[in-house]
Amino acid sequence: MKTVENEHVHLGLTDEDVLEMYKKMLLARKLDERMWLLNRAGKIPFVISCQGQEATQVGAAFALDREVDYIAPYYRDFGVVLSFGFTAKDIMLSAFAKEEDPNSGGRQMPGHFSSRKHRIITGSSPVTTQVPHAVGFALAAKMKKESFVTLTTLGEGSTNQGDFHEGLNFAGVHKLPIITLVENNKLAISVPYDKQVASETVAARAESYGMYGEKIDGTDPLQVFKVIKEARERAINGEGPSLIEAETVRLTAHSSDDNDAAYRTKEEKEADRKNDCMVKFADYLKSCGILTDSIEKNLVETIQHEINEATKYAENAPFAPVASLTDYVYEQ
Amino acid sequence: MTELNYIQAITLAMEEEMNRDENVFVVGEDVGIKGGVFRATDDLYNKFGEDRVIDAPLAESAIVGVGVGAAMYGMRPIAEIQFADFIFPAVNQIISEAAKIRYRSNNDWNCPITIRAPFGGGISGALYHSQSVEAIFNSTPGLKVVVPSSPRDARGLLKAAIRDNDPVLFFEHKRAYRLLKEDVPTEEDEIIPIGKAAIKREGEDVTVITYGINVSITEKIATKLEKEGTTVHLLDLRTIYPLDQEAIIEAAKKTGKVLLITEDNKEGSIIGEVSAIIAEHCLFDLDAPVKRLAAPDVPAMPYAQPLEREFIVTEDKIEDEIKQLARF
Repeated sequence: MKTVENEHVHLGLTDEDVLEMYKKMLLARKLDERMWLLNRAGKIPFVISCQGQEATQVGAAFALDREVDYIAPYYRDFGVVLSFGFTAKDIMLSAFAKEEDPNSGGRQMPGHFSSRKHRIITGSSPVTTQVPHAVGFALAAKMKKESFVTLTTLGEGSTNQGDFHEGLNFAGVHKLPIITLVENNKLAISVPYDKQVASETVAARAESYGMYGEKIDGTDPLQVFKVIKEARERAINGEGPSLIEAETVRLTAHSSDDNDAAYRTKEEKEADRKNDCMVKFADYLKSCGILTDSIEKNLVETIQHEINEATKYAENAPFAPVASLTDYVYEQ
Repeated sequence: MTELNYIQAITLAMEEEMNRDENVFVVGEDVGIKGGVFRATDDLYNKFGEDRVIDAPLAESAIVGVGVGAAMYGMRPIAEIQFADFIFPAVNQIISEAAKIRYRSNNDWNCPITIRAPFGGGISGALYHSQSVEAIFNSTPGLKVVVPSSPRDARGLLKAAIRDNDPVLFFEHKRAYRLLKEDVPTEEDEIIPIGKAAIKREGEDVTVITYGINVSITEKIATKLEKEGTTVHLLDLRTIYPLDQEAIIEAAKKTGKVLLITEDNKEGSIIGEVSAIIAEHCLFDLDAPVKRLAAPDVPAMPYAQPLEREFIVTEDKIEDEIKQLARF
């Protein structure tokens, strides 16, 4: 057997924990695949994907205290929000823009996550605006002496925005309990890393803000779990914020409205496939004897059934009544 | 009653709200030990400490954006933008974020932030310390935009803004800070409702609708003109977004001759919308074309005093316009 066999045990994770992580990753992946099919069949207008980033998302979410911590996610974070309480049904209600969509009642595009109940902070489409918001939550935690951390995520392209620098500097000055996780899939729509970021790594930017920075392999959920957990401990202990850069791959086009053939070669895409976190984590679990072919088959069947039910439910669910258009501009 | 000037009334409102609710805090540039460049947060640092009167890094988008986050959590931030002219880096946080948080989350989240900013000219502030920026925000449902015209209103409206469960932009005319003084009922916890205009003066000949510092200037002119036989009906908008349509319609119908005044550039200013409301609702009650008195459409007011004076709405210009309308 491989020497990595007991890696999760060293991190304090049980076999059940890692299997649960795999299930969340698989649910995110299968939901994503289904939404593409629904989009291509003309049933839903838009898809934005998490494929290739599930390990980062689920690894990070599991490292948090999912009973108290807040998250300010970005649009690819299906793995994060599924770990924070969203279900397949919630995701499908959003995809179909139905009244019961917990994010927005069908007002926002998919991927614009929000739920006060699950401590998911509402987000928008202009990128990086969530970073100062997360800093504001962390400031509130410090002012109110509440013991929680806030995790915000974004892509590497977004680390060029003013709000990234303004937010992280504020967090660094005030030593706030916040973790900024950059999911670096090396493409900002079509523009590669070397045309986006002047520093060798995103993590290097941490130094300017007086905070801890580290670059990790985002295709390994256990490494992500370990590093985010350490960041959380520092945050809770008053040791300030962290900037973690997780290197991932993007296995789809930017969105359902994008054709990546214009800017990516087949060879590049094939190379990324070899770095698919789903395959790598399944291999690890199999090498540990936690996942077998029959467990995997059952898992896939259960998840497909859940997604079928969610899709059926969401497709048949009502839209918000048109008279609700003018609701909730202000407090009513 | 206590006689307060406009800026003292603002400081008092913040102090009272910070005493009332421990979730209220101030964040901005130089608001701490210095007490603000205009001294609006004078002594608050000593009274409430550096955790509640936060000297923020010089970065407006973070001042508002961090405030937006804290507000969503349940705090009551008062974000100070040092000059309204410097609000533009924060506009994405105001228009894309604060304004839409309740709507986009279908009422799940809300954003009770107050954003204060001194605005307006006539103080040799040149292009970038004089602007009226309110029109930028006056087509953004989800925001409330308040411009008080007197110390009493400043206190009562700022307290209302801080308690409001939605984002409020609070623009303070910097020339008013030490120019306007009046008795304020400090013994009462007076809250002046956002969204309501105020009739400042009843009259029969000409209606003037304005806001901010031009309210007190118009009052002074109206007192003078009354002795000459012309009476002015004066409406102070107080909240310039959303507009108090009912009050505007009523005031316009009162005399049928309407003068609208703003210190902003004429094109695209808030008084254009007031004019449209009057056009839609009052056509058959009008006895003269609606007149707009505003700054010329040049980028902003220059530093040189003769040019600044030429740009700005002055007492003479207001008096002329009222007289012309009265004669129409």
